[in-house]
Amino acid sequence: MTRIFETPIYPYVRSADQDAASPARHPVVVVGAGPVGLAAAVDLAQAGTPVVVLDENDKVSWGSRAICFAKRPLEILDRLGCGDPMVDKGVVWNVGKVFFDERQVYEFNLLPEAGHKRPAFINLQQYHFEKYLVDRVRELEAAGKPIEIRGGNKVRSIDQREGHVRLDIETPDGPYAIDADWLVACDGAASPIRSMMGLDFIGRTFEDNFLIADIVMQEGDFPTERWFWFDPPFNRGQSTLLHKQPDNVWRVDFQLGWNIDKEEEKKPENVTRRLKAFLGDDASFELEWVSIYTFQCRRMAKFRHGHVLFAGDSAHQVSPFGARGANSGLQDTDNLVWKLKLVLEGKAPETLLDSYDEERIHGADENILNSSRSTDFITPKSDISRIFRDAVLELSEHHEFARPLVNSGRLSVPCTYDGSSLNGTDDEKMPPRTRPGSPASDAPIGGKWLLDMLGGRFQLVTIDTEAPERIDAGGIGIERLALSSADDPTGALAERYLGGRESAVYLMRPDQHVAARWVGFNEAAVRDALDTAVARDRGWTR
Amino acid sequence: MDEMSELITKANIARPDDFYAELIGLHEGRTKEESDALNARLILLLANHIGDIDVLRQAMKAAAKSGHDGARN
Repeated sequence: MTRIFETPIYPYVRSADQDAASPARHPVVVVGAGPVGLAAAVDLAQAGTPVVVLDENDKVSWGSRAICFAKRPLEILDRLGCGDPMVDKGVVWNVGKVFFDERQVYEFNLLPEAGHKRPAFINLQQYHFEKYLVDRVRELEAAGKPIEIRGGNKVRSIDQREGHVRLDIETPDGPYAIDADWLVACDGAASPIRSMMGLDFIGRTFEDNFLIADIVMQEGDFPTERWFWFDPPFNRGQSTLLHKQPDNVWRVDFQLGWNIDKEEEKKPENVTRRLKAFLGDDASFELEWVSIYTFQCRRMAKFRHGHVLFAGDSAHQVSPFGARGANSGLQDTDNLVWKLKLVLEGKAPETLLDSYDEERIHGADENILNSSRSTDFITPKSDISRIFRDAVLELSEHHEFARPLVNSGRLSVPCTYDGSSLNGTDDEKMPPRTRPGSPASDAPIGGKWLLDMLGGRFQLVTIDTEAPERIDAGGIGIERLALSSADDPTGALAERYLGGRESAVYLMRPDQHVAARWVGFNEAAVRDALDTAVARDRGWTR
Repeated sequence: MDEMSELITKANIARPDDFYAELIGLHEGRTKEESDALNARLILLLANHIGDIDVLRQAMKAAAKSGHDGARN
């Protein structure tokens, strides 16, 4: 059987640009057709901004790689028009179990809050994830949207010039060049673009190796739960994770330690031996994908370098504990694309793109802090650290207080841009969860979902109060979304947006984050907040 | 007779990850002897803060248990 990740889905095709007399100019070129690059491209194209995606390969990712997708990225995918296939295919899970030595010490349930369209998490292989994004690209192409993926196109060098970037590209037909007003580098942890620019990371490298074995198990006795072992008999002194993916594929992640022979460990017979020690001698399974990884928790000092913008793993890396890699990459492009579009259209100053740095570095630092702490707990760096770790695990079996201290990964939660220069007025009597900088919280509205009505443009959400249907703010339209707390008999809308107030007006950004909020409509205040939200408040004139 | 105070074993630390990182950070760069001594001082300081001998006895008893169901002491 040919596996999905062995089939070319965007094979090399000669482009007209290769025959052009002088390099063709494109508003945005995305390098890398992984989850982050594809999400960026879909976001741009569905907003009508022409985009070309370059990738040196022509297939989805080799092996399952990122498998755990959180609610906020699923909401972003809904906005990108491909949330449904992901969630339909994905495995929804809520329960996790923690084991220490030979026994289970406790169990947790994510207990997702009611009144949200999307679940807290789904597990889905990265190759399915990328395939659905490519399907969405094809759908946009068929609808005449300006999007193109060029497989077999490898960027050899880049040159930042006045107001644009020149790319030198290698193809099976030889080299050619194109120009991009903006280059979005989504070319992964080993980012060739980053290397070409001589840029580096700040942060920590962890001395540890992990073995991923994705196995197909038809009749496993394991439920759809996240199981995590600290120091189990079958992997002494190390950790092990078991988590289900669609199609009866199970992710098994063995910690191996630092001084190991990678080639030896990767041999199928050795992986099988490990798996049998774990699952039992009579367990029947098939190896789908085996990989050994190490990781870093680090980021670039800046994500914007002139007309080159880094997003996803090319800009920042975390340990896999907490599912903060691909999930944060999707939040990067969610943050970047609307800003890029306004700048390209001349409706906002280029300095708006500096807020991408500001907001997403805030997000990256949060992810790095959390994933470093998880790593320090899972792999104690000193004897005393291990003594405390084991004491916490011992106590967690009988004492509830110790459970929040157990850290097998702090799962990705949406990032709130507290303190962002784009944030406007707050009203302190309204709920903290929807303060400026927060992603909008979903709520059921008369048989639909609030988040399905938000995004892609600036909107003024009014709850139990009046405002004009449309405001034009220097070329940027603000559309009203009129809601009534009576539209939601569950009370979620009022609880999440009104709090102690009788009415509310929210200015929402195109990425569904709150820009500012008030009790009632005041046109001057809305215009001011809009100017702040697009960085026009610092003496910018068109 | 006065009601005996109960040892709090429900979660009672507002930001557990911050606390844990500081606790481990406190030991960074110390030898085993220094760490052991530091832990002893820390326990004594916390015990004094608690004060109530009944609570301290419950804590000592809980800490003395280890292994599955406390069987391995």
